[in-house]
Amino acid sequence: MAVGTGHLETSTGLDNRKLLMWLFLGSECLFFGSFIAAYLLYRGRSTVGPYPEDLVDIPFTSVSAFVLLMSSVSMVLALAAIQRGNVRNLQIWLVTTAILGLAFIGGQAYEFTEFYHEGLRIDTNLYGTTFFVLTGFHGAHVTIGVLILLSLFTWSLRGGIQQKDSLNVELAGLYWHFVDIVWIVIFTLVYLVQPQ
Amino acid sequence: MTLADYRRRRGEPLVAEEHEVHAEHHPSALEYLQIGGILAVITAVEVGLYYIELDFTLLVVLLMVLSLAKFSMVVAWFMHLKFDSRLFTIAFVTGLVTAMSIFAAALATLHGQLV
Amino acid sequence: MATIAAPRRSPLSRALRDARLAAEESTGLLNWLATIDHKKIGVLYGVSAFIFFCTGGIEALLMRTQLVAPDSDVLNGDQFNRLLTMHGTTMVFLVVMPMSAAFFNLMVPLQIGARDVAFPRLNAFSYWTFLAGGIFLNASFFTEDIFSGQLGSPDGGWFGYAPLSLKTYTPGHGMDFYALGLQILGIASLAGGFNFIVTILNLRAPGMTLFRMPVFVWMTLVTSFLIIFAMPVIAVALFELTFDRLFDANFFDPSAGANPLLWQHMFWLFGHPEVYILILPAFGIISEIIPVFSRKPLFGYPFVVFSGIAIGFMSWGVWVHHMYTTGLGTIANSAFGISTILIAVPTGVKIFNWMGTLWGGSIRFRAPMMFAIGTVAMFTIGGLSGVTHSMVPSDYQQQDTYYVVAHFHYVLFGGAIFGLFGGIYYWFPKFTGRFLNETLGHIHFWIMFIGFNLTFFPMHMSGLLGMPRRIYTYTDGYGWDLYNLLSTIGAFTIALSIAIFIVNFLWSVRAGKKAGADPWDARTLEWSIPSPPPHYNFAEIPQVHARDEFWHRKYQEDADGNVVPVMAGAAHATETAHGGDGHDEHHAEGIHLPTPSFFPLIASLGFPFVATGLIYDYALIPVGATLIIVGFYGWALEPATEEVD
Repeated sequence: MAVGTGHLETSTGLDNRKLLMWLFLGSECLFFGSFIAAYLLYRGRSTVGPYPEDLVDIPFTSVSAFVLLMSSVSMVLALAAIQRGNVRNLQIWLVTTAILGLAFIGGQAYEFTEFYHEGLRIDTNLYGTTFFVLTGFHGAHVTIGVLILLSLFTWSLRGGIQQKDSLNVELAGLYWHFVDIVWIVIFTLVYLVQPQ
Repeated sequence: MTLADYRRRRGEPLVAEEHEVHAEHHPSALEYLQIGGILAVITAVEVGLYYIELDFTLLVVLLMVLSLAKFSMVVAWFMHLKFDSRLFTIAFVTGLVTAMSIFAAALATLHGQLV
Repeated sequence: MATIAAPRRSPLSRALRDARLAAEESTGLLNWLATIDHKKIGVLYGVSAFIFFCTGGIEALLMRTQLVAPDSDVLNGDQFNRLLTMHGTTMVFLVVMPMSAAFFNLMVPLQIGARDVAFPRLNAFSYWTFLAGGIFLNASFFTEDIFSGQLGSPDGGWFGYAPLSLKTYTPGHGMDFYALGLQILGIASLAGGFNFIVTILNLRAPGMTLFRMPVFVWMTLVTSFLIIFAMPVIAVALFELTFDRLFDANFFDPSAGANPLLWQHMFWLFGHPEVYILILPAFGIISEIIPVFSRKPLFGYPFVVFSGIAIGFMSWGVWVHHMYTTGLGTIANSAFGISTILIAVPTGVKIFNWMGTLWGGSIRFRAPMMFAIGTVAMFTIGGLSGVTHSMVPSDYQQQDTYYVVAHFHYVLFGGAIFGLFGGIYYWFPKFTGRFLNETLGHIHFWIMFIGFNLTFFPMHMSGLLGMPRRIYTYTDGYGWDLYNLLSTIGAFTIALSIAIFIVNFLWSVRAGKKAGADPWDARTLEWSIPSPPPHYNFAEIPQVHARDEFWHRKYQEDADGNVVPVMAGAAHATETAHGGDGHDEHHAEGIHLPTPSFFPLIASLGFPFVATGLIYDYALIPVGATLIIVGFYGWALEPATEEVD
């Protein structure tokens, strides 16, 4: 993380790492876009069940979608805190975000288990394949995000994050929000839109 | 001549300290909470639409519009893209638009349903 | 100096620091393993890519030996399939891409006036991950009983079409090595792509606006954008293939209702931008060479730059031309036929600009220039056959025949490989302080040129006469025999030329004619520093006033418009035109570069463990994951520069 190495004077005036993160997020659009496209291609084409309409639990998923959205709020509050130099609040909001993220993952785990017990596996049909792989990769991204947040939290406990280091939190935030907006797309396309 | 001298000569800002520049552009905690509230409300509306008997195409259009609104708000305010350098927007939007275009085209050739 | 808030130097932390400092002091293996210097990483990429070029070449020679005559049984069908798969995969992913990466590494920081890339450790990670992937992929050869002629390598072609590539039709581990090996390589490429975009956008010397950058840097920028957007698509396709093969997923399984064309779309959505990733760096290299050896600025610089950018955008809109014969229908075929015809335009623009540079120039036919001109000529031929492919009905006849093989070898070998060799001859003096032998260089060129054309030109004919691709033998009576014979003779001729090159290289590294900072009287900033460059590159970061900045320090135009040298000590010769005076060393004492690091290497090692574990024994996966996590955390927590007590 190159904490405290001082600000580089770059040709664009932009920080190298922030530029890197935005480029990375741009490329991640291609990554998730590909899995979403496969899901959309195969929607409604499973030759055997179970089918989405048998399994999808909108109330449950709405709550987990809401949880993830709120985690973006707590994330941005964490960043705002450290940008004002408030390490204590940074820590509170980082932990909050991590907990909300874990709640989301817990919800995913529960949902996956439920689907599994209803007979949907990755090898069952097209729905099982495309659903588990898409949401699985998303969940993996959330998990990595939680690890990053907890790492930042631990680092801040040791005094490693001061106001001048807020970029580290900002970068983690960008990643976290991206994972959230991917879920916004998935929630709509995979859950809410169910073709007749 | 250092980069700083060069910038001085051209009348450009010497250093682009992100947090200094942004001191004027930060939404307040209250604004963040307000946006969070709007996101929650939109989600509730989306879920509500799911349960209403709507023409399928209309439902899809409405859901897309609402999701796009949420997506844009998180990107613009939470990710601060609205207030940051255009270069970041270019980096991100290029990826986004490329993804949407190529997959729309690919699915169209396979007569895949987009929705 | 950088300090972390109240570090407690634990014994572990001190040991890690000492290891890094030891690597910095070392001149041997330890230094190379931990290097984060773009110049060393460039050399590592170049040497590795060349070794893979030889392995891929041997694979080709074996295939050509089998095909020299009808009804041959030097190789059986299975062996042939494995060799053709490895040949293509090797040449694309282990030769052209890493050799281009070698040049990005060696040249971009020097050409923009920087001391290194934006993320030196990420750079090292890219290289080690590439090497890990390349070794992993080639290890597959040995996973069956190679001594009884059974090769374990992938056999589904470099394009791995599903559903043939699924376990049902291709049991064994070969295609798993393909899918997982390419994933590892993809990670390496992605990391490099991000690194070079940030480097080019952010680390330019003062005064170097984007339109004062050398064309090679522009092409690196466009290529890097293509990499970061195309590689995720193939990554997804490979994940889907892996899940189908290892976990019985249904992405490509027709019996579950899947559409095999999904694979083709995903592959070519990646694959078409990929071919521009393969050629643009070579275009960049020859855009440097041709002006220098014509003693003229590049004709139409803005057009060359904009056409490169246009190619970058348009490359996303043509991929279905690889799928005309899959039954997508007239609308799809026509739309992509038009877009494919259109993409010939920006490339044509470049060719005219190179020709315009040559026109009226004072041409020196030195070795780099021979290869550069060869590139233009051979790529043009390949481009013309490509235009015939763009026409849908004509492609119906050509698809899956040797005509396609002719086309892509003209553009990839005639274009990319010739261009890359040009770059080697051109920049060898900069990094070694010696010339490659000029006579041997010309001999290499001519034998390779003749061999190359002898190998691939006849394939236009055999292809149009109906010879299918990817067949391991054929019977006589089709009229293909002579062409195959010629191709095989040509292939061995190419091999001879490479042997000559190897001799030249090995000899010249030690005993080549000495070269100074600017042996070619060139135009760009890398020639303003000593050969080889000091580890810090520039004693003072240069101030850039113009395109071809270095040329303008050396020469100006007099009242009649003639080019005359700038007098040393004259008013505008304030910056050093010729590198390497003692003045520089004094400046250099204040320059501190980041310390070498082992963590990129450690992280890279994790990937082949995970991949092997997925194929053979899941117990290896946590081993690999641990290496990756330890590598990344160590990298994140260590300071970029260690302080010496």
